[in-house]
Amino acid sequence: MSLASYTARHGHAFLSSLGRLARNPLATILTLVVIALALALPAGLKLLVDNARGATGGFVNAVDLSVYFKTEVSLATAQQLAANARSRPEVAAVTVISAEKALEEFRNYSGFGAALESLQENPLPHVLHVHPRVESSSPAALETLRHYLSAWPEVDLVQIDSEWVKRFSAILDVVRSVLGIAALVLGVGVLAVIGNTIRLEILNRRAEIEVTKLVGGSNGFVRRPFLYTGVLYGIGGALLAWGIIAAAVMVLTQPVATLAELYGSRFTLAGLNLQEAGVLLAAGGLLGWLGAWISAARHLRSIEPRA
Amino acid sequence: MIAFDRVSKRYPNGREALAAISFRVQAGEMVFLTGRSGAGKSTVLKLIALLERPTRGTVVVNGKNTNTLKPRHIPAFRRKIGMVFQDHKLLADRPVYDNVALPLIVTDTPLKEIDKRVRAALDQVGLLGKERMSPFELSVGEQQRVGIARAVISKPSLLIADEPTGNLDPDLAREVMLLFKRFQEVGVTVVVATHDVHLVHEFAQREIVLDHGHLQGADDETLPNLTATR
Repeated sequence: MSLASYTARHGHAFLSSLGRLARNPLATILTLVVIALALALPAGLKLLVDNARGATGGFVNAVDLSVYFKTEVSLATAQQLAANARSRPEVAAVTVISAEKALEEFRNYSGFGAALESLQENPLPHVLHVHPRVESSSPAALETLRHYLSAWPEVDLVQIDSEWVKRFSAILDVVRSVLGIAALVLGVGVLAVIGNTIRLEILNRRAEIEVTKLVGGSNGFVRRPFLYTGVLYGIGGALLAWGIIAAAVMVLTQPVATLAELYGSRFTLAGLNLQEAGVLLAAGGLLGWLGAWISAARHLRSIEPRA
Repeated sequence: MIAFDRVSKRYPNGREALAAISFRVQAGEMVFLTGRSGAGKSTVLKLIALLERPTRGTVVVNGKNTNTLKPRHIPAFRRKIGMVFQDHKLLADRPVYDNVALPLIVTDTPLKEIDKRVRAALDQVGLLGKERMSPFELSVGEQQRVGIARAVISKPSLLIADEPTGNLDPDLAREVMLLFKRFQEVGVTVVVATHDVHLVHEFAQREIVLDHGHLQGADDETLPNLTATR
């Protein structure tokens, strides 16, 4: 068998599979939609996790410590202590936020401006923002630094600002595990949908399969068009899933940008890049092939010609 | 070409179709397989084409023992046998051309070669020019001849036919039988199962008569004579 005739035969099987799908548009579309939804769900979830990571990624390394002084500590003392902190080798920078400045910011940004007017005196303490060097940002090093700072008698409280980032990161990890499970379950779902579709197709073409085996068609030959059908379903469903995700991203881009702006962020929602889309299509094609193969192996064996 | 050695066939439902029959068909021979309906004619053909395997005994076709042939070798085995059926088993959803071409398509024959041989096969059965028609647009006799064209297109050395004239009137039946005779004359071994006594008489070929799963007039002792018929 020459390569040319091999290619021609596979081309023929491919085109005839495509033709069959096109001749039953409604059934084909319904199957494709089911597959697309099953693929779009995990892919969309992955996109959500990636975007959430992207949105918070800027903060993850910003592990500042906020040092709150007792209210009776004077600004001069605070500045003196800031200089002490600055001299520590593990500290990169220290910013002093005076109680007055803090109150002003709070008045401007919190929306409680009018209520704050009625206060007799400033309830806020002076605060230091201590930014450690990157190499001293490990949890242990941070803990040492925090311990050192909180040992000062003037200090009321030392807070590591990265706590919430860590928690959020942990939440994302949970979501990612959920994503893995969802992908697995829905992948099996795609296998089942394609397998069942192929099963019906095999039963519909029983006579043809019998005659083909009668004239000496091998199992491989008989299986070929069904494998193509499975792959076409898988890739078609993946394309549709890609479209669904792209549409969702398009709808969400504007609201997300507005939300990000309100938080002073330049974050923009990212869709699937080409590589991710490629993975999605490959996964669809592979699931389609596998589903068809399993179904064909099961059902073609039961069809033997009877004269 | 074909050797049955004490072959018995019992179907799963308990019916015993063949009881220890032995016979041989030499290469190039044309043989009629006769007997009443239910005598075991179809079972003999099924055993030859490996649609069934014997319960006991051995069937050797084309030098291959069908008992020991592995399933993955069955397709190649069947390609060497042309089969014709009473109900012709044509695919209604595709034209005559595709039906006849099927045995070549499954072996991935180049399209040019297929085209040449489909025409040659249709020419042999007198249906050249009807390639594009649906089998349903043809008469019963023509449908049967399409089935024959499909059976011979891969140039098999053995042609088996199960009641090929069962649905045909005497003239058409004669025509079809003449076709088989012509293939035998060019060297093909032909086994035709039929209960058409007139045709069997007219064509005067060796006859294997089955009666309730037994060979008539031939028990095991006479086997050597039978083998030596030619």
